[in-house]
Amino acid sequence: MSVSSSSHHSDHSYILNSPGAMASRQRSSLRGTSSLSPVAPDQQYLSISVTDPVKLGMGVQAYISYRVTTKTNMEDYRGVEKMVIRRYSDFAWLHERLSEKYKGIFIPPLPEKSAVEKFRFSAEFIEVRRRALDVFLHRIASHPQLRFSEDLRNFLQADEEIWAMERARSQEGTLFKKKPSDFMQIFKDVQSKVSDVVLGKEKPLEESNPDYEKLKHYILELEEHLGESQKQAFRVVKRHRELGQALSEFGRAVKSLGDCEGGSLGKAFSGLGGRSEFLSYKLQNQAQDLLMNFEEPLKEYMRTVQSIKVVMGDRAQAFRQQQELSEATKLKEINLEKLRLVRPDRVAEAEIELREMRVQCDEATRRFEEIVKRMQKELVRFQEDKTHDLGLAFHDFAEGQAQLANDTADAWRTLLPDLESWSQVAENNGI
Amino acid sequence: MMNFEGGDSMESVNLDPGQQAYDYRSALSGTSLSGETHPLALSQEDFSLKEAHDPYVNSEEKSSIRNTGVDIAVEPPSYADAIFTPYMGGSGSLQELGGSSRSLYSSNGSVEFITITVNHPQKEQENGSSLVPGANTFFTYLIITQTNMPEYGGTDFTVRRRFRDVVALADRLAEAFRGYFIPPRPDKSIVESQVMHKLEFIEQRRLSLEKYLGRLANHPVLRKSEELRIFLQSQGKLPLTPSIDMASRMLDGAAQLPRQLFGESSVMIPQEASQPAKGGRDLVRLFKEMKQSFTNDWGSAKPLVVEEDKEFLEKKEKLQDLEHELNEASQQAELLVKAQQEDGEVVGELGLALIKLAKFEIEEATQSAQKVHALDLKRIATAAVKASRFYREANAHVQDHLHEYLGMMQAVHAAFYDRSNALLTLQTLLSDLSSMNNRVEKLSAASSKVFGGDKSRNRKIEELKESIKVTTEACELSQKEYDQIKERNRAEFNRFESERQRDFFYMLKGFIHTQVGYAEKIAHVWKKVADEANESPNKALDLPISGSVAIS
Repeated sequence: MSVSSSSHHSDHSYILNSPGAMASRQRSSLRGTSSLSPVAPDQQYLSISVTDPVKLGMGVQAYISYRVTTKTNMEDYRGVEKMVIRRYSDFAWLHERLSEKYKGIFIPPLPEKSAVEKFRFSAEFIEVRRRALDVFLHRIASHPQLRFSEDLRNFLQADEEIWAMERARSQEGTLFKKKPSDFMQIFKDVQSKVSDVVLGKEKPLEESNPDYEKLKHYILELEEHLGESQKQAFRVVKRHRELGQALSEFGRAVKSLGDCEGGSLGKAFSGLGGRSEFLSYKLQNQAQDLLMNFEEPLKEYMRTVQSIKVVMGDRAQAFRQQQELSEATKLKEINLEKLRLVRPDRVAEAEIELREMRVQCDEATRRFEEIVKRMQKELVRFQEDKTHDLGLAFHDFAEGQAQLANDTADAWRTLLPDLESWSQVAENNGI
Repeated sequence: MMNFEGGDSMESVNLDPGQQAYDYRSALSGTSLSGETHPLALSQEDFSLKEAHDPYVNSEEKSSIRNTGVDIAVEPPSYADAIFTPYMGGSGSLQELGGSSRSLYSSNGSVEFITITVNHPQKEQENGSSLVPGANTFFTYLIITQTNMPEYGGTDFTVRRRFRDVVALADRLAEAFRGYFIPPRPDKSIVESQVMHKLEFIEQRRLSLEKYLGRLANHPVLRKSEELRIFLQSQGKLPLTPSIDMASRMLDGAAQLPRQLFGESSVMIPQEASQPAKGGRDLVRLFKEMKQSFTNDWGSAKPLVVEEDKEFLEKKEKLQDLEHELNEASQQAELLVKAQQEDGEVVGELGLALIKLAKFEIEEATQSAQKVHALDLKRIATAAVKASRFYREANAHVQDHLHEYLGMMQAVHAAFYDRSNALLTLQTLLSDLSSMNNRVEKLSAASSKVFGGDKSRNRKIEELKESIKVTTEACELSQKEYDQIKERNRAEFNRFESERQRDFFYMLKGFIHTQVGYAEKIAHVWKKVADEANESPNKALDLPISGSVAIS
């Protein structure tokens, strides 16, 4: 079955993704089994996991490598199971390739680059990143179009040396690619530029589509709300940890007091201290849980909104290209008519140029319309995913808090009968 | 109608234009028991008004208010009150309306009680005030006592006192009851009185006075003291001589010094032996005792009497350890409370942010599933806000009680200090005695070598013998004093021990009950919302976002 559904001719000629090239490469590698036979659509699966982060390298050069394991029965994949080692920059490469090839689709976001934390590489940071990368691949695998990407296949399957070659060549490819199709400025800093474009700050060549306008505003406002929520969620995680710390210290001090007192009262204090320490432990767990299952999803959707904005930028760019080419075509047509009257010798040339321009214009139109169509579908998908995922996260949050409160109540409550009996003993001892 | 008996000091209540003392105007008029006065004071007043005007109320009824130890009422805010009442513990003790209610069994087995309330702070002015308005103003507090103790010869008393009077009471008690664990009085708080808002400060002071008097009333010996009774009963100016301020003390001491130095009365009057050396007045004595204390620490010869009581030394060390631990625990308790507050706050803020998100999504929802989830979110967020309020209220009152006990440690230190002072006095006297005896010996020996007697030496010997007699008497009294203090220390140890046990258990139970209560409330809030979310129809629209994905 065909590889990627989008076909940018310009891309294909420089990148090794045309079907023929792919097949030949596969044959030449001779490693592993030959590609799988076709499977019925409803029986296909593609399961990817990112595990076992390992710190490699020294000092400034240090980086983390991850194990990427793929299980699949999709054709064009060599074998049912495959494991490779990849690092963050490899994921970034994949992300960029997909962004280039699948305009209009919300490419699943990557975790932040974070130059600073990288140096510290705390266990938590590594785990959070691993999970985000896992989610990243998972989302790609579940996307109806992206899952068929060749780049994805390469990413998942290529052994080390071939992978290195792949990346080198694609670097070249992208260099070349940029020139011809790009007589517009490249968005260096996608985020801010995209916002401008989305808000229509750049000049006149803008879609005037009221529904789309509404959508743009929705996305921007959603971004704000998600951002605020995520910020607060992070603060809760932090305070939970601090409270856990305080409970632990308090427990320790009270236990010490209990040791000093001795007797029944000492036991009571020790009991109090012990419960305190137990609750501290519970609270730290809850904080961890909140971080992973509440704050991270919120962050992830923030990033997804960013990728939506990128698509919006692409759409605006495509629109403008189309408009400009359209203008240029019209001009050429007018020119041609003029030439027919004035300079018949130039007509043939002009006709050829016009034809080429028309082709490009059609191409631009097609590209734009594809983006629009894709966006429609993507938005529906986005809403469904968001509703489900965040709903789950919020629900877990409530459950977690309930559980914590229950544990707290239980822990204290169980102390009461002991407390009663100890105080009785103290009374009876005539103290 | 409140009985505002009192002397001249009650006359003028000057309300400076610049100050907001509106509350006190209504307090003075006495007729309006409006809510302008402190809300807590109002309820106390209601309570004490009733009693004050009904002297025939059977005082025995009040014995139902049993003593359950130091006043450690857990005072939740009224909001929490409406939700549930925290544990009050003890045997049927009421929620204290304020005031300090103490009951103890007297020696003949009947229940004694004494209740002291402090309220109605009022601004007054010194008599013969200067031209400058607002100068020489001070606050007085109304102190209402109800008791059935026979020593008081009556059941109800009302006086107005100022803080200075309290200081005087405290000083007198310290002098008269050396060796007892005397509850420390409230601080003078000079800094705070300037920095805090006036009303706040006055209220804080009122509360601390009430607590202090309550602690005095709780002390089996102090409650029967003359000093306390006079303080609570005597109308008009307090007849207790306040402690002499430093200046006059210094003058006094300076005046006595020449006399002491030149030998007119180089000997301690026996009665003084049962008093600690007063700074300024007995400079020589102070010097001597200081010298003795150096000798104790650095000298080669052991003093004639030492602290032998091993039991005492052990207990002392244990109490020191205890104090150290209490300090630690108290500090950590404070930090814990703070952390709990902050944690509660952020949960509330998260709730608010999520409410905004939910509202937004509800408005913009394009599918019904979205709307349903957004409504869920709104409920969850609201729960978060509710829960956050509870988090903040579940204050660990433990911190307060621990603080109070640290205050009590001060009393213990003071009592130990009394003891060591008394010992030092005794040691000094004994050492004096010993040196005087030596001199007599030497003089006698020298004198006997002179033929016909040595008139001047003999005279000296006679003088010394007089001094020795006086000093011996002083020694005896000092020994008595020291022994008495030792005995008091011992008795107080035991009392402290048992009361501490009882108080701490009470406090612990209260704390735990409160925590359990609040935790249950919070759990309930969350559970309710989580269950509601479970029922919402999102199952049907569940996207298979799991590992294996079929092509859609």
